Amino acid sequence: MKAMLAFAITSIMIMSLAGCSGGKSGNSVYYLNFKPEIAEIYDKIAVDYENETGVKLRVVTAASGTYEQTLKSELAKSDSPTLFQINGPRGYASWSEYCKDLKGTQLYNALSDKTLAVSRGYGVYGIPYVVEGYGIIYNNSIMNKYFAISDKFSSMDDIKSFESLKSAVEDMTLKKAELGIDGVFASTSLAPGEDWRWQTHLANVPIYYEFKNNGIDLSGDGTKEIKFQYGKQFGAIFDLYVNNSVTEKGLLGSKSVDDSMAEFALGKCAMVQNGNWAWSQISGVQGNVIKEEDIKFMPIYIGVQGEESQGLCIGTENFFAINAKASEESQKLAEDFIYWLYSSPTGKNYVTNDLGFIAPFNTFSDSERPEDPLAKEIARWMAEPGAASVAWNFTVFPNQNFKDKFGGALLEYVQGSKAWTDVEQLVVEQWKIESGE
Amino acid sequence: MQKSLKRYFPLFVLPTVAAFLIAFVIPFFMGIYLSFTKFSTVVDAKWVGFDNYIKAFSANTDFINALGFTALFTLVSVIAINLLAFILALFLTKGLKGTNIFRTVFFMPNLIGGIVLGYIWQLIINGVLRSSGVTLLANSKYGFWGLVVLMAWQMSGYMMIIYIAGIQNIPVELMEAADVDGASLSQKLFKITIPMVMPSFTICSFLTLTNSFKLFDQNLALTAGGPAKQTAMLALDIYNTFYGSVGSEGIGQAKAVVFFLMVALIALFQLGFTRSKEVEG
Repeated sequence: MKAMLAFAITSIMIMSLAGCSGGKSGNSVYYLNFKPEIAEIYDKIAVDYENETGVKLRVVTAASGTYEQTLKSELAKSDSPTLFQINGPRGYASWSEYCKDLKGTQLYNALSDKTLAVSRGYGVYGIPYVVEGYGIIYNNSIMNKYFAISDKFSSMDDIKSFESLKSAVEDMTLKKAELGIDGVFASTSLAPGEDWRWQTHLANVPIYYEFKNNGIDLSGDGTKEIKFQYGKQFGAIFDLYVNNSVTEKGLLGSKSVDDSMAEFALGKCAMVQNGNWAWSQISGVQGNVIKEEDIKFMPIYIGVQGEESQGLCIGTENFFAINAKASEESQKLAEDFIYWLYSSPTGKNYVTNDLGFIAPFNTFSDSERPEDPLAKEIARWMAEPGAASVAWNFTVFPNQNFKDKFGGALLEYVQGSKAWTDVEQLVVEQWKIESGE
Repeated sequence: MQKSLKRYFPLFVLPTVAAFLIAFVIPFFMGIYLSFTKFSTVVDAKWVGFDNYIKAFSANTDFINALGFTALFTLVSVIAINLLAFILALFLTKGLKGTNIFRTVFFMPNLIGGIVLGYIWQLIINGVLRSSGVTLLANSKYGFWGLVVLMAWQMSGYMMIIYIAGIQNIPVELMEAADVDGASLSQKLFKITIPMVMPSFTICSFLTLTNSFKLFDQNLALTAGGPAKQTAMLALDIYNTFYGSVGSEGIGQAKAVVFFLMVALIALFQLGFTRSKEVEG
């Protein structure tokens, strides 16, 4: 009898312990945030949202680079996030069971370009909430200095193809002392985890052309294998980056993206490949010498036919998804929250000024755009007549393993231990292996 | 008294048992179960039998490569750490001046976390290699020896303490008797000191063997497996499989089970072997 009593007491103790940790509140939205850099802003948004609507917003942010694993463990809990992100078609494929059809939602109706959303069949499973762009960022004052002393080029309008880019860059390298730079391009960062600008972003351009020129349907199985037919062109621009760099080849394996952005901000180089998110990095470098109005974008030309009319790489890998396994009322709360964020004056103010997002919704007027120079450049390129943006096809790249192996091969190539044809071969093979289940 | 203790036995033991169950036994068996399934979150898993185990070895050669690298690293680092630690222990039991300071200094690296150490050594090695225009990632040899140096530096202080304790436990009479008999220094070392510290050697080799085999932080921070996964050890490879590609969590789990069996087998074998060398104290 006493033993039974003891058991009972202990189980009550344990249950009350468990009870403390699982405090579930009915009227709240649980959002798993993907971008650590905006975590603090969401804390403020949560306060304002509760004041305006009385609904509690609970934001959990995954640490940098750990979003997928956080999502994996959070979705397994009974108190799982109602609102989370997927990174495109591949992300949808992994989380399809958890993605609710968002076709009828107000936010989807407000989406200006419906093709940006992640859709399968008649359903819409991911709504993009930010548009980003990347290309080659250049320092206009250094370029103007070069145009003044060059007999080949007189303005950026002369650089409209890989050929002209290459000859200008190589000419600039010869004149680097006069221009006061250490190299034309910032370091091609190839340290592990710092190589995404090449194995993902740069690689997107040749893959985009391959899919486009072969008429591959991005939502189909045609993306499970590639020929890497523009591998040569990819190699050529990669060589251009590496051979005209601030840093000598052998040391690139220790360089990070931060290093590259610092070199650009300090005026040690004229160009760096990155996206509009890099503005905060450039402006955050101590003692940076670059003026806001000198920071400009140009497209990444790789030497494919018809690239004179190419624009920046514009797209997103940030899509809102709503947990299909959550209760109906909490799904509704999540829908209301995202619509509030992108349509109410308070929400829009946060999006434009604090989060710095270029929002792809018709609830935003042209004047409601972020004010930083790179975001303005994106808007300029998107409005440029005749410039066709390159879509973000890297959302169908197999997975992180593929990218890591690709990046590793690029590093070996730079260090001279791998031939370029082997790199191309590895890309084709690994793409296939990692695409298979 | 005895009786009431017995009566309340469940009350006293349950919290510990519960903790042990929740934090160890359940995850352990769940892990084994999950290695036979395909899953993306641990709550919805589909049974696939031995599929994951086959794929762990056949999908690509990463796991085999990691196994080879890990085995070689373990061999070299166990020898390096124990040799270094034993030599340090010999010198620091001679009653030299400043012995305590040196013991503390050699022990200190052990108190620094693996990730921090990895980054520090990465900076140091890259700094040294800079003069020849390459980095740590230029060749897998650099990564290998970098790891060996790092581990020797970190672990030998700890092992040294264990050896010192062992050496100090050798009865003074034995040494005195040897001196009276006119034994040479090397005779005393090989006939008395080494046989007498065999129990310490058992512990030290066990610790270094298992720690080297399941090394993760230092590996991640120093090279992250670069160049091209050539310096990725087993634990890192399992981590990359699990998180690097959605859909292969089960394969990662299968690798982890294989990894567990290997560590357990090697450790048991090593314990049995060194125990047999111990002399009666």
